[in-house]
Order: sequence, then structure tokens, then C-alpha cells
Amino acid sequence: MAPWRHFKDRTATVVISAGGGAVLMSILLIFFYLVYEILPLFSSARIEVATEQQLQLTTATDAAYMYVEEQGEMSLIVDTGGHARFSELASGASVLYQPLRQQDSVALTVVSGESADSRLLGLGYADGTVLLATHEYRLSYPDDKRLITPRIEYPHGEDPIQIAADGSALALLAVRDTEAGLVIAAQSISGKLWLVRYTKEENFLSGEIELEREELTLDLARKDYAALYLGTDQRWLYLLDKAGAYQVIDLEREDAGGTQQLADAGRLFADGSELSTSNMLLGGISLLAASTGGELSQYFMVRNGKEAALTKIRSFDTGGAQLLQLLPEQRRKGFLALDADGQLQIFHTTGQRKLLSQSVDYRSTQVAAITPRADALLLMDQSGKLSQWNIDNEHPEISFSALWTKVWYESYPEPDYIWQSSSSSNDFEPKYSFAPLAFGTLKAAFYAMLIAAPLAICGAIYTAYFMAPALRRKIKPLIELMEALPTVILGFLAGLWLAPFVEANLTGVFSVLLLMPLGILGFAFFWSRLPVNLRTLVPDGWHAAILIPVVCGVTWLCFALNDSVELLLFNGDMRAWITQDLGISFDQRNALVVGIAMGMAVIPTIFAVPKHLSYGSLALGATPWQTLVGVVIPTASPGIFSGLMIGLGRAVGETMIVLMATGNTPIMDANIFEGMRTLAANIAVEVPEAEVDSSHFRILFLAAFVLFMFTFVVNTIAEIIRQRLRVKYGSL
Amino acid sequence: MSATEKDSLYLQKRAGMLVWVRSGEPLIWANGAAVSISVIAVVGLILLLAVRGFGHFWPNDIMQSGVVYDGRESAQLGVLVEEKQVSGEQLRSAGMTLNGAGPFFNRMLFKQGNRDFLGSDFVWVLEEQLVDSHYPEWAMVVERLEWGNQYGFLHSVTVRGERVAEGEADTQTWQAFQQAIEDSLAVRDEIHRIERKVIGSINHNMEAVRLAERKLELAGNATPGALAELAERRAVLDAEYRVLQQKLAALYDSIQDDYYQIRLVDGRIVDQAIAKVVRATLPNQMSLLQKMGQYLAKLWEFLSTEPREANTEGGVFPAIFGTVMMVLLMSVMVTPFGVVAAVYLREYARQGLVTRTIRIAVNNLAGVPSIVYGVFGLGFFVYIVGGELDTLFFSAALPSPTFGTPGLMWASLTLALLTLPVVIVATEEGLSRIPSAVREGSLALGATRAETLWRVVLPMASPAIMTGLILAVARAAGEVAPLMLVGVVKLAPSLPVDGNYPFVHLDQKFMHLGFHIYDVGFQSPNVEAARPLVYATALLLVIIIALLNFTAVSLRNRLRERYKSLES
Repeated sequence: MAPWRHFKDRTATVVISAGGGAVLMSILLIFFYLVYEILPLFSSARIEVATEQQLQLTTATDAAYMYVEEQGEMSLIVDTGGHARFSELASGASVLYQPLRQQDSVALTVVSGESADSRLLGLGYADGTVLLATHEYRLSYPDDKRLITPRIEYPHGEDPIQIAADGSALALLAVRDTEAGLVIAAQSISGKLWLVRYTKEENFLSGEIELEREELTLDLARKDYAALYLGTDQRWLYLLDKAGAYQVIDLEREDAGGTQQLADAGRLFADGSELSTSNMLLGGISLLAASTGGELSQYFMVRNGKEAALTKIRSFDTGGAQLLQLLPEQRRKGFLALDADGQLQIFHTTGQRKLLSQSVDYRSTQVAAITPRADALLLMDQSGKLSQWNIDNEHPEISFSALWTKVWYESYPEPDYIWQSSSSSNDFEPKYSFAPLAFGTLKAAFYAMLIAAPLAICGAIYTAYFMAPALRRKIKPLIELMEALPTVILGFLAGLWLAPFVEANLTGVFSVLLLMPLGILGFAFFWSRLPVNLRTLVPDGWHAAILIPVVCGVTWLCFALNDSVELLLFNGDMRAWITQDLGISFDQRNALVVGIAMGMAVIPTIFAVPKHLSYGSLALGATPWQTLVGVVIPTASPGIFSGLMIGLGRAVGETMIVLMATGNTPIMDANIFEGMRTLAANIAVEVPEAEVDSSHFRILFLAAFVLFMFTFVVNTIAEIIRQRLRVKYGSL
Repeated sequence: MSATEKDSLYLQKRAGMLVWVRSGEPLIWANGAAVSISVIAVVGLILLLAVRGFGHFWPNDIMQSGVVYDGRESAQLGVLVEEKQVSGEQLRSAGMTLNGAGPFFNRMLFKQGNRDFLGSDFVWVLEEQLVDSHYPEWAMVVERLEWGNQYGFLHSVTVRGERVAEGEADTQTWQAFQQAIEDSLAVRDEIHRIERKVIGSINHNMEAVRLAERKLELAGNATPGALAELAERRAVLDAEYRVLQQKLAALYDSIQDDYYQIRLVDGRIVDQAIAKVVRATLPNQMSLLQKMGQYLAKLWEFLSTEPREANTEGGVFPAIFGTVMMVLLMSVMVTPFGVVAAVYLREYARQGLVTRTIRIAVNNLAGVPSIVYGVFGLGFFVYIVGGELDTLFFSAALPSPTFGTPGLMWASLTLALLTLPVVIVATEEGLSRIPSAVREGSLALGATRAETLWRVVLPMASPAIMTGLILAVARAAGEVAPLMLVGVVKLAPSLPVDGNYPFVHLDQKFMHLGFHIYDVGFQSPNVEAARPLVYATALLLVIIIALLNFTAVSLRNRLRERYKSLES
């Protein structure tokens, strides 16, 4: 052989093998890529110590509060001397150092941040006054380098507000400042509770905002509280004492005597242990409390009828450690906990996950803070030594329980399955439950199969065993055309034509379902009574063709009589009858419409049942039907089953039809007159809006992976059954 | 004796009903009915599309009538779109006063147009409310660039500020109007040419200059000489642009003062710019032949022009073009890979457990939901591969992405992956039909394996490959869900092929017939007005796909005939 030809042959072998292998590998790539995208969802958090830095501190006063700004480059420390100090984290250099209260030098007794995601500070002083201050950071880019300029601002003026009328020093403080107004709650050293509410009112002549002061009275026994919290809606005031008891005051309801009503009171911990530390979660709805016995739980107000009670929502596994500090994240419903053993634990409430437990040498720490992006933890000790721990915790909200079990979301009366992935507000709790989507997917597939399976199986059996070959040749291209119909067209017709049509002709639709079998059987019986010479005019195996006018006739009759029957039975409006008399809610784009449309898409898939015709049985004297039931169905049933599986796979993954023919609301209701949202439609709707590599994005990939695996498993089972069948009956 | 003959013999006994039931005959009929129902569903669906889709372009007569309701009479002019029987109960519960006894009332939907004057395009009236319905000879329909159709009577025509014709129901006015529309259309064509082609190319060159400048900067070669050269090029382009701007302004000026007056049915006479008119006709005067001519003209407009008014009017040409481009690119990608994979599986790989597993996997991939491919395409092709390409080759354009964003190339690649199993399976089937004697003969004559493959096997399998490809094309043309993620948009500013280097813009987003249906039918602000167009688009898509499928089927049948003799 000429070397050139030999070379070409070898090259072809290499190229084809490599190309073939590469194509097949690329198929595997889909699987591995999806896994690669979703794996981070289930990984735990990691931390590493990044830097240790000595901050320049001029005075030896203790730090009372620490904050790190967005970029993680600058910190604010408020010390007990009443000064604010902004320091650069990289160098430890002090950028700005100023007293917070400018006019006089009253001692600062308490500092309290408004909430997890707010920069408003409440400063309580020894003379019973409160000063409200925020810290702002202005970004500028001189010479293309980022420069952060911090400053202190006073949204309610630089004059302190008198809260404790008796002028006693404040010990505890909680503030809430919203569009509606400002509420300040405080306890002074004397043990008395003070509550002041300012209502914002716009002066409609000048357009200026005016604050109207109102002092609320509380009728509570004097007690040493450990913490005060105000809810975000300025309705609930939570009082926690050291013994582990709580009281919740309703700020919107007054007793006859003008005191605020006590909404609820009780103990936080079932075992009666004492409160170790507490905090509010992002959003100002949930309360986190840890006991000295190592219990850690989340609570919020749950409405039960007219009354609301503080309810324990879930507990977290702390490993029995006594927690000393809880730090809520500023963008998510997660938090960090620091315990007496110097351990850092990271939790997420919605996901009910413990993401990390690691020693961070916390014991000498005086104040701690996390960055707004929750990517770093800062701990500062007495001497001003600052250690920064980088946190890698991308997707804490996802866990098996968050995806598939009932989750008690904030402000909901009970645990539920909810899919609600995004909202306009920042402190929103994303609800990523796959349950309503999986339910919707199966519901759509179920109704589609309900319509498609009988039609397709019966049709396939008839086509294979009874139909005249001449007719089969005419029917086959039609079924092939049916298979090739783009689903976008089926979906469009279902949504824009079928849905309104079904709504207007509900009676007709149900009478078709009822009368069609009767009409067909009636015609068949009538046919068998016809004189033989009339029947022989039509060759056998043409039942389907003869039936076409019958089916058309019955359908036409049902819809022509729709209005009269509706008038007779349902007072002219069946839809109103269903919604009002039966109390079933009715969507125009509902499961019935989806079932019909998707059934159309699935029928040709199931139709391809393998043929194993046997004339032997007929020759032995059985009727065609006996042959079918006794011989054909048993041998063909695995094939029918595999056809059904493939059809199911198609129905589960279908996107356009459900997208267009349902309202896409993620509800869990088997009602045939309501819509659903399926996994596939959900992906199509939400992927273009999801931020790349966010939890939401990866969850949608997880949904795609679930679909992928489901159809893959179903199709593999179908294929294996088909191959077995081929081996078993191949000799026939 | 065949099954069917036996069947009829059995029935000839005319046994009682019970025997008839026991024989299983009713169930056979029931099975047959399943086929009938499926067939009726398909045929009915196609007929529905055909009637609504084709009907859309027919110039319907315009009816004028009085509408009496609550003792008041108003005039109405429009085209009857739909009729419906509604029960009196329903109407009364909606708060309507009815005169007739019922129990059913005929409710009619009229397209009255004039959205800018009447608020909505469509109006429902009850037949009992209509009085004095007739078809006025001079009722005119004007198709406009904005605000949809207009129905009314031509009152006068003004060209360049000068009234050239006046008087209703007058042939002269009508001819002057037609002439004015024609002149204005010519000017608008010229404007369109300049704006799209000439200015488009200038913009393209400007962008090229900006990118060149940025590239120099990034590479650190921004010498004053090079920069000056670029600045000079920019100045030349700027000058060209200004000249064109002036020319455009003159053209716009020349049609600015052309307008016509139309008398609406409520008696108002309003001025309308001729520059916004697409076509004006008098359907009530048209003969059948003229109507057919008009029908064809509108059909052609649908196929050949761009959409107007948020896709609810005009044509679908960019969508057809985008679909064809995408499918062509996909074919170019899927054919070699699919064929190579099939050849490897059938001719080169050792048959055994591995190949069987691979075959199952390939088969199953055909069953994986298309949206999963879309997600994969978006994540892997667009963000990973595209993002990498951008940083390597298009860093000058960053941060605006070139290939790191959904576009034509990624859409084609995603669909190529999606249709790969179709091509592999079809090609394998074709290869398996070729008798091994043919291969052995070729090898025995001294040909190498590659030569056998190239000269003997592949030519014989080519019809099968073609079949696979056509089926793949049909599937790709109808697939929408993955495209929504990887490159389709509702309105692309330009076609992915134009006169600017590199002529085929693979990074551009494109329009697609299937997505057009979804978008116009479900996302459009005026669904009612857009609906007929959606039917027409759907029909177009079905026709394309049906043609592709029947081609594939007949090809397959021919192939089977051809090699039948070899098999036996």
C-alpha cells in the first residue's frame, strides 16, 4: 500500500475516533457542567484569617460599637468616651476622630444600632437624652483610585432628644426611624421604661416634614431587662430579661387607661434557662435568642386569629456552647454567633443550616462586626488589635429542607411551601421551595397524560392491529406532522384560542367528554345491526374513517347545544355556577387547557408503540379482540409502558405550552380549573432576570438538573425495557 | 383467512347485544375512535390556523351602521371580525339593558380602528342594537405607521401646504390621495435607505475607530501619530455624517406638509400626515379580482417587510431571516459532528457494552427537555466560553460584551447540541442499512477503511444523513424555549447579515418566528389587534416545518426503495 494512502487511512481513523469521542464527551459535559454550577449551593462556609492590624488609638477608652463599610476598607468605632473614630483597615491609620455630641460633654452610656442593615445609631447619655447619628461614606475616584470620605450626620438635628423625663442615665436603648415616624424606647438606670413616638407629618403649605412628639406609657413592674427591641413596623416592642422571660408590647393598641397593651408574655426557653445574648435578624421581624444552656432559637410574632403571640419558629444546633454574641448579616437572613469557647458559628434561618463552626480566638474580643457583603468578620480586642477573618459563604439559604419541606417564613401564620424568588425590598426573605414547582410539573404532566395516554395507546393498538394498510399509509404522515408541530404553536393556540373557548363553552366541553364514548358505542351498535350488504360496502379496518363524521357530529352537537344546555342546567353560566355554587376557583388558563394542549404534544410520542402482530391466535379461532387481549397486549405491554414513560418525560420537560397556557402562578392545588407553574416554565421566566452566580441563578440550574435527571432516568428505564423486549420477542 | 374477514363472518350471525359486547367489537370501535379523534385534532388545528391566518389579509367590506343603546344613537364604521351567541343572563349580570326577549343574543365584534380618536381598536355590540346597516361605497381604510388602521371618508388632500383636491366621494380626490401616498413612499424609501444603510455603515466605521483607539491604549502603543491618524479618519466620517444629516433633513422637510383630511363616522374632520400612511383602499368598491390582488400584496408585505408598532403590524421578514440564519448555522455545526459520531459508533468503535450504553445515552439526550439545553447554553457557552473569548479577543470593547452575551452563534450552537442526537440516530440507521457485503467488497478490492468510508459507505448513507439533518432542522425551527435564554429578542435593530465587515454578525441578537409568536401573542400591549398576525405567523411556521418533514419522509422512503434490493 502506498504510504500516502496508509497515512490517510490512519489519519481518518484518528480523526473519526477523536471526533466521535469528543461529541460523546460533550454530551457528558452537559451533566458535569450542571453539577459544577449547583455544587456550590451545598458547600459549607469557610473562613480564613486575612490580616491582623494594630489600630491607632489615642485614648484608652473601651470600644462600644464597631461597623465596617461596604468596601471593607474602613471601620467606624464608637468608644465609651463618646467619640467616633474612622480608621483605614489596611494601614490602621485614623482618618477621622470626632466627638459625637458637640455641645457639651455628657457621658455616653449606651450605643444601639437601629437594625442589621441600617447605619442609624442611637446614642443614650447620662442625662437621659438620646442623640441620633448616621455615618456616611462618600466614594470618589481621584486619579482612578478609590477614596472613601467618611462623615457623621444627624438626621434629626444635633440637639439631643430628652427621653428620660427624670434625667436619669439610659441603660438600654432601641430606635426605629421609618417613613412613618420615629420611635425610641429606653430603660434608664432607675429601672424605668421610656417610650417616645414621633409621627412624621408633612406640612402641606411649606412641604416640610414636621415631627409630632407623643409619649407612650407602659404599665410594667420595674425589672432589669437585658435587651429592648423595636420591630420594623414600629408595632411591637420586645422586652427580654436576663432570666429568659419576654414581654411584647403592642404600640398600636392602648388600654382604657391609656397604657399600651401587653400583647404576649412568657419564657423564651422551654427548660427555663437564662438568656445569654439576643439580637434582631435582618428585616426587624425575627428575634434571635441564645440561652446560657446553649439553646439558640428564632422567634417572631405569629397572628392567630386576632391575637398575635411570640412564637418559637426554629432552633439551631449550637453544639451546647454558650453564645456570647449574635451578629446578623446585612443582606441575608443569616447570622454569626460567637461563643464562650472562642468559636465562630455561622447559621442561616430560612435554610435552617449551620454552615460553620471554627475557632476564631474570640475570648479577648471587645467588639465584633461583619461587612455588609458578609464576606469578612472583624474582631477587635482591648488593645486595639484588629483581626480580619475572610468569610466564604455564598449560598447559605439553600438546604434540602428549604427546597423540599415546609418552611416557616417570616410573617407567615404557619410553615408552608412557597416559591417567591425576588422582590423589590432589600430585607426580603427569598422563598425557594421546589415543592410547588414540582407539584405543578407533575400536575401538568398528569392531566396531559390523562388525555394523551388513552387516546395514544388505543390509537396505537388500533393502528397496529386493526387498521387497513391503505388507511394506515394515510394516517401515518398526519401523526408524524403532529409530532413535528412546534410546541409554541400549541401553546399559543391553547392560551389565546382554547382557553377562552373552553371558558365560554364549559358545558360543551364536558358534554363532549360524556357523550363521545356513548355516541361512538351507539354508532358501533347501530352499525352491527345494519344489513350485511350495506356493511360490506366499507372494507374492514376502516372503522376510524367511518367514525370521523360521527366524532365531528357529536362534537358539533355538543357545542351547538352548549348554550341551551347551559341555560337549562346552570342558569346560563356554568363558570359562575362552578365558582359560586361549588366554590371552586376558576382560572381561564387552567390545567384542563394545559392537559388538552400538552396531550396533543405527547400523543405522537406514545404512538410509536412497537408492533408484534400475531396471526396465529386468530387462526386458532379467537376473535380479533381475544387475540389482542390474550396475545398481543401481554407481549406489547412493555413497549406501551416504555412509550408512556417517554411521553411522561416529554410532558414533564415541556416549556412553551405551560408557559403560554397557564397563569404561571406557583400554587399547590390539584384543582383542574386552576393553573400551575412548572419547573421548566419557571426556568424560562426567571433565568434571564437572575444575577449570574447568585443563589437564585444556581437554584434555577438545580431545577434544570432535576429535570435533566428525571427525564434521563425515565428514558433510560424506557430504553432498557425496549431493548429487553427486542431480545425477548425478536425471534417472532 | 385474514383477521378482517373472520371478523365480519362472526358478526353476520346477528347475535344479541350481549354477544356483541363479549366479542370485543365495541372496544375495537373505541380504539378506532382514538385514531379518529387524534386525526381530527391535527386536521382541525391546521384548518383553524389556515382560516385565521389566511383570512387576516383579505380586505373585508366596511360596514356603517347606527348603534342604538339606552335611547341614544351613535354611528359606527368598521369591519365585522367575530360573532358570538351570548346568553341574556350573562349580559344582564354585566349590567346591560336588553330589548329583545332572548334567551340568546348575537354579539358582534367590530374593528373600528382610529385608536387615536376612539380609544380602542375594537368594539362589541349586540346585533339588536344595530340599525340601518349598509356598506358605503366610499368608505376608506388607511393603514398607518402609527395607531393602527383608520376607517372613514376622504375629505381633502394637501400637498406641500397646497390643497390639491377636495370633495368627498370624488374620484379626483381619491387619485390625488393615491398619488400623494406614492410620492411620499418614494421619499420615505430614500430616507430609510440613508438611515439604515449609509448611516449604519458610518456608525459601524466610527465604532471601529473607537475600538482601534482603545486597543492602542490597552496595548500601550497610543503614539501621537497613530492617534492623529485615527482622529483624521473620525473627522472624515463626521463630515460625511453631517452631509447626510442635511440631506435627511431636506427629505423630511419635503414630505412634512403633506396631509389629508378624513371625515370620521362621528362627523369629525381630522388632519392626518400622509407621511404616516402605508396604504389606503376603498374595499367596498373593489371587485373580487382587485381584492385578490390586494390580498396577495398584503401577503407579500407580511413576508417581506419589517414589523411595525411593537410587532403588531407589518411583516415578519426579520424573523424569517433570523430563523433561517440560525438554522443554517446550526446545520453547518451539527452535520459534521453528528456524522462523525455516528460513523465512529457504527464503523470504528468495537461493538459491546460501551457502545450500547452510549447509544442509550444518545437516545435519551433526545428526550432531555429543551429548556435544559437553554440553561446549559446560557451558562456554559455564553458566560464561560463567551466571557473567555471576550477577554482574549475583544478586550477593547469591554465592559460591553461581544460574545459574552446571548447571540446568534450561541443560539445556533445550543440548538446544534440539541439536535445532535437526531442526526446521530438517523445516520446510524442509514449506516446499519448498508449491507456489510458492500464494505467487504470494497475492502477486498484493496481500498483502505477510510477510502471505503469516503467513497462507498458515506455516499450510500447520504440520504439518511440528509433525512437526519432535515429532521434536525425541523426540530430547530420550532424550538423556542432554549432560544429565549441564548439569543432571541423581540425586536432586533438590524439583520445579522449586512454590508459591513465582517458581513455576518454572529454576536448579534436576532428575531425568530417561534419567539415572535410567543412575544406578540403574550407580551404585546395590544393582543387583540395582533392576534390575526400571530395566526398568520404560526401558519407560516407550520408550513415551513411540515414541508421540511415531508421532504425528510419522502427522502427516507426513496432511500428504502433504493437499497431494498441490496438487503435481500
